[in-house]
Amino acid sequence: MNSAAKITAANLSRRTLKDKLFKGLVLFLSLITISPIVLIIYKLVEKGYRQISLNFIIKTPPNTFEAMTAVSNGELIPGGIANGITGTLLMVVLASVISIPVGVITGIYLYENPGKPLANLTRNISDILQGVPSIVLGLIAYMWIVKPITSGFSALAGSVSLSIMMLPMIVRSTEETLKMIPQSIKEAAVALGVPYYKVILRVLIPTGFSGLLTGILLGISRILGETAPLMLTALGSSVINLDITKPTSAIPLLIWEFYNDPNMVDLIWSSSLLLMGMVLTLNLVSKRIAARTK
Amino acid sequence: MNNSTVKSFNKSPIGGFRGLFNSDKITKGVLLLSSFVILFVAGGMIFSLVEGAIPALKSFGLRFIWSNNWNPTEGKENYGALPFIAGTIITSVAALLISLPLSFSVSLFLGEYYRGTRMAKILGTMVDLLAGIPSIVYGLWGFYVLRPLLIDLGLPNQGFGIFTASIILAIMIIPYATSLSNEIITMVPNELKEAAYSLGATRSEVIFNVVVPSARSGIIAGYILSFGRALGETMAVTMLVGNANIVPDGFFGTGNTMASVIANQFGEADGLKLSSLIAIGLLLFLLTGIINAIGKFIIKRMG
Repeated sequence: MNSAAKITAANLSRRTLKDKLFKGLVLFLSLITISPIVLIIYKLVEKGYRQISLNFIIKTPPNTFEAMTAVSNGELIPGGIANGITGTLLMVVLASVISIPVGVITGIYLYENPGKPLANLTRNISDILQGVPSIVLGLIAYMWIVKPITSGFSALAGSVSLSIMMLPMIVRSTEETLKMIPQSIKEAAVALGVPYYKVILRVLIPTGFSGLLTGILLGISRILGETAPLMLTALGSSVINLDITKPTSAIPLLIWEFYNDPNMVDLIWSSSLLLMGMVLTLNLVSKRIAARTK
Repeated sequence: MNNSTVKSFNKSPIGGFRGLFNSDKITKGVLLLSSFVILFVAGGMIFSLVEGAIPALKSFGLRFIWSNNWNPTEGKENYGALPFIAGTIITSVAALLISLPLSFSVSLFLGEYYRGTRMAKILGTMVDLLAGIPSIVYGLWGFYVLRPLLIDLGLPNQGFGIFTASIILAIMIIPYATSLSNEIITMVPNELKEAAYSLGATRSEVIFNVVVPSARSGIIAGYILSFGRALGETMAVTMLVGNANIVPDGFFGTGNTMASVIANQFGEADGLKLSSLIAIGLLLFLLTGIINAIGKFIIKRMG
């Protein structure tokens, strides 16, 4: 009897130990998982902060010779990434103008017609579209816009590739948001005899506004840093360009150019820092909005 | 009284012409039309990719998939996608394997051990932020921080290759795996867990015998979706994989992936080469589409 109790006790302590070890392992691996974000941000700030100034935002990049001279004199590389900032803003705004209205309206359609075969098909297709690699979207915009319409690389083509990327995100976030609105609010409006478009514009959209905004901001933060599709469509430009039919730069495109030019390589950190700042701010703001409405 | 309201209730066929243009019908029409946009875009994508890939598929046939010879030299032009298909699958599978223990731990941290606490909120936000880091920034970090580290550890080819790319890919796909599996783990009914505890089970025993089995399909679906992400990643992989157009000769060798060969060689491409790159794009589209469809199918079956 006594020995049996001993065995059970030993067994129990072994199990408890195993339990504690496992918890320790989970904690340890979780910490490892989040360490890259800390390390990445640290690296960007450490290497990039000195370059950030007003000039960095309002000037265009120096040519490679000027950069070389500055580096060999031990100075900061002059100039900035104004062409990238304006290009990114131009393309993101254009992509939003294309994809937000279509995305929101499609989301409303899905919400209003649950279970219809066409709605199910649209939902599935939009899910699949969301998984399409961004580089493939670049190929598509190249074939749809660069070749036939602008007959050359252009901001428009870049925006189209970004908008195809953003569209399914907005569709799904709109539908998910509207699903959370109490049915009674909508029924009250319908019972008052309000026309359907007013039910949408005055009831559904305002009630779900913060949810829609969260989806839109997350969508924008996702396309801000996209590089691959822009390499195939917007190409890049060394000057500020606001003509949507011309090649245009963007912050990620500039980072790629700096990375490939040994003289300019010091600029990658500050450019990445600025880009990360924009992306993370949008991310956190949208999370804030989402948390406040819940 | 608002006239249009009255009209919208007027169902008599005599309403005829005016009934055709009442605002409700127009609104419904607009909703319907916009949902066609997505179908149209998706259909157009497949059509354009196939159309662009036809010259390459015509010249090489099925050999395009099986040939490992990628040779742009004029006169001896031959394009085979095998090196890139192999590179894509090897890097993605490796990334998935590396990320498995990490994302599993994070989902247990968020959904089980520290569910609903402040710590979980902070950790969850940080993991979500991982998804927000642009691919090119991951590439820079891999190039300037991770690669020197791996060189010190004795990795050949100046630290470039499948292994380096897979590590970065693994970090990138973690948030996609955890967002689903942590939600599913949170949803495991408390009664099930309590029943196990009352029988004297320890926490880790509850996790392995109750939580994981009942959240299994959700966890698997999350990993499949994150695998789909890894297949299409471009910039970070391009900067680290070594860009050698050969079938990788092992886990530490260099190679190239479908997405990064498109990014690398698109600039100088025309004619048959361009068509071959588009054909690779088509294959990549189909591959990610199938993987994502499987993931969504599992999610749908869970209800």
